[in-house]
Amino acid sequence: MRPQAFVRTEPVPAMPPPASGRGVTGWLRENLFSGPLNIVLTLLSLLVLWWIVPPLLNFLIFDAVWVGEDRAACIVTPDRPRVGACWAFVAERINFFIYGFYPVNERWRVDTFFALLAIGIVWLLATWAPNKRVAAVYFFIVLPIVSIMLLLGFAPLRLSYVPTSLWGGILVTVVVSAVGIVFSLPLGVVLALGRRSRMPAVRLFSIIFIEFVRGVPLITVLFMASVMLPLFVPEAWSPDKLLRALVGVALFAAAYMAEVVRAGLQAIPRGQYEGAQALGLSYWKMMGLIILPQALRITIPNIVNSNIALFKDTTLVFIVGIFDFLRTIEAARIDPKWATPVTSTTGYAFAALFYFICCFMMSRYARGVERRLETGHKR
Amino acid sequence: MSETRTPEKAGDIPAVEIAGMHKWFGDFHVLRDINLTVGRGERIVVCGPSGSGKSTMIRCINRLEDYQQGRVVVDGVLLTNDLKSIDEVRREVGMVFQHFNLFPHLTVMENLTLAPIWVRKMPKKKAEEVALHYLERVRIPEQANKYPGQLSGGQQQRVAIARALCMSPKIMLFDEPTSALDPEMVKEVLETMVELAESGMTMLVVTHEMGFARQVADRIVFMDEGQIVEVNVPAEFFAHPKHERTKLFLSQILN
Repeated sequence: MRPQAFVRTEPVPAMPPPASGRGVTGWLRENLFSGPLNIVLTLLSLLVLWWIVPPLLNFLIFDAVWVGEDRAACIVTPDRPRVGACWAFVAERINFFIYGFYPVNERWRVDTFFALLAIGIVWLLATWAPNKRVAAVYFFIVLPIVSIMLLLGFAPLRLSYVPTSLWGGILVTVVVSAVGIVFSLPLGVVLALGRRSRMPAVRLFSIIFIEFVRGVPLITVLFMASVMLPLFVPEAWSPDKLLRALVGVALFAAAYMAEVVRAGLQAIPRGQYEGAQALGLSYWKMMGLIILPQALRITIPNIVNSNIALFKDTTLVFIVGIFDFLRTIEAARIDPKWATPVTSTTGYAFAALFYFICCFMMSRYARGVERRLETGHKR
Repeated sequence: MSETRTPEKAGDIPAVEIAGMHKWFGDFHVLRDINLTVGRGERIVVCGPSGSGKSTMIRCINRLEDYQQGRVVVDGVLLTNDLKSIDEVRREVGMVFQHFNLFPHLTVMENLTLAPIWVRKMPKKKAEEVALHYLERVRIPEQANKYPGQLSGGQQQRVAIARALCMSPKIMLFDEPTSALDPEMVKEVLETMVELAESGMTMLVVTHEMGFARQVADRIVFMDEGQIVEVNVPAEFFAHPKHERTKLFLSQILN
């Protein structure tokens, strides 16, 4: 054969891709019934769903009791053989679940705190919100100070003192999580930088701290903070019980955060360090302006993942006698006034719903950030 | 400021002076007895086979690499482990890398103004004027608000050159600036470098572009196995290489 030469005379215009969808049946056949194995798996999945979903809906919604004064509303009677979730119990105790023993007349202060916190979170995280720098100042400086004054009390503003032993419920869960999340990130960054430092003393301290804390369960840290600290420190100096738990949780979370941030730092190519150094940037300017912004951005999904874990781990503070959300449910579900077979299940279902909604929102946020970064500028 | 630098002597001090420098990577002796003095306004092209230590040598000049023996004096400042001397040298020495090393999370304009603002303490407005001036010089002012990832390789490398120039360096180092570029982009970067050379900048360029070396270099330094094998003016270097290793190298790349 002779070698063929070719010269294009007419350019090929760009065209839309061919239509791939073939309607619902086409999609079903392609995704659910494409082969014997897939058919079996699809049928099994349907069976499992059939076992789980209808009873769950029956319990949570169709057979549920929505209004009532006490246990009489939720017990099985001859004309009502099936009783689902006793939402009346949750409705009656909802204030206890939210505020714990916080004085009734002062609960508006907690509501204000929730509102201020929500504003801060949305302002800081929503892409459409302006003035991120002001938002950061608000969230990391203004909000903590105002929150302490609001929740603990501040005499000049006639806010009476409310000891932390009266705090409880969702308030405590939110406070412990927020403090843990907010403090663990900067501490974790410092520890991660320390672990990669050229100074042996700094590196050694960081490694020991991170490995020690990671090698010990959170419960142990909390016990140490609440039981052992008072043994060594005089009563008068001993800090507040909730504060001790907060410090324990924050340090614990920081050790995990440090490893997350370190992974991000390791993903930044060496050329970025060299580019910054060649321009004469000092170590801290290089880290603050070039390396950390890139490293933190790629670790946002992992940071959120750590925060989700931390949010659920805060339930462990009940071990040292702090009335977090789960503990309030524990206390309420054994109340004789609401003693019915479904009370405990209802309480736990409510707790699961609360934790799921919070964690799901966090994970949606992380997914959104990931998607934004995918379409954003690339190296 | 270093005490060795006085105004009346400034003219006599060479831009770069490397004397008896040795460097090891672990047990591996990468640079052996390097001696090289670069005068002000001089253009030096460093070439040689890969692994010969060319890049390592010029990276010693702004202390991206340290050395174990000998001395490196840049613009009258002796480079030691002292952070102050390192910062002082890096402020005066610009560097262009093979892989550009632009900051992907910043726009072109932010890449250019970052160091003038944070290192030279220049007001933002002034820094932006300077940046635009250099972007015009490398002929891409219209890309100022894009991110590096949106530019072609040749454009990115020209931004990198402009970024180094924004610090008004006295010396420019180029570490294989065209090796990572598509063939079509090499020319635009070389043209920028030729223009820079014509403006009188002191330049040390590691490159395999022999055409550029012939056109621009005052002297060519040929390295092999961590040593400087031959130094000569381009005409002599290409026409009458003295060392056997140089002859072999030239015969392989210029056939």
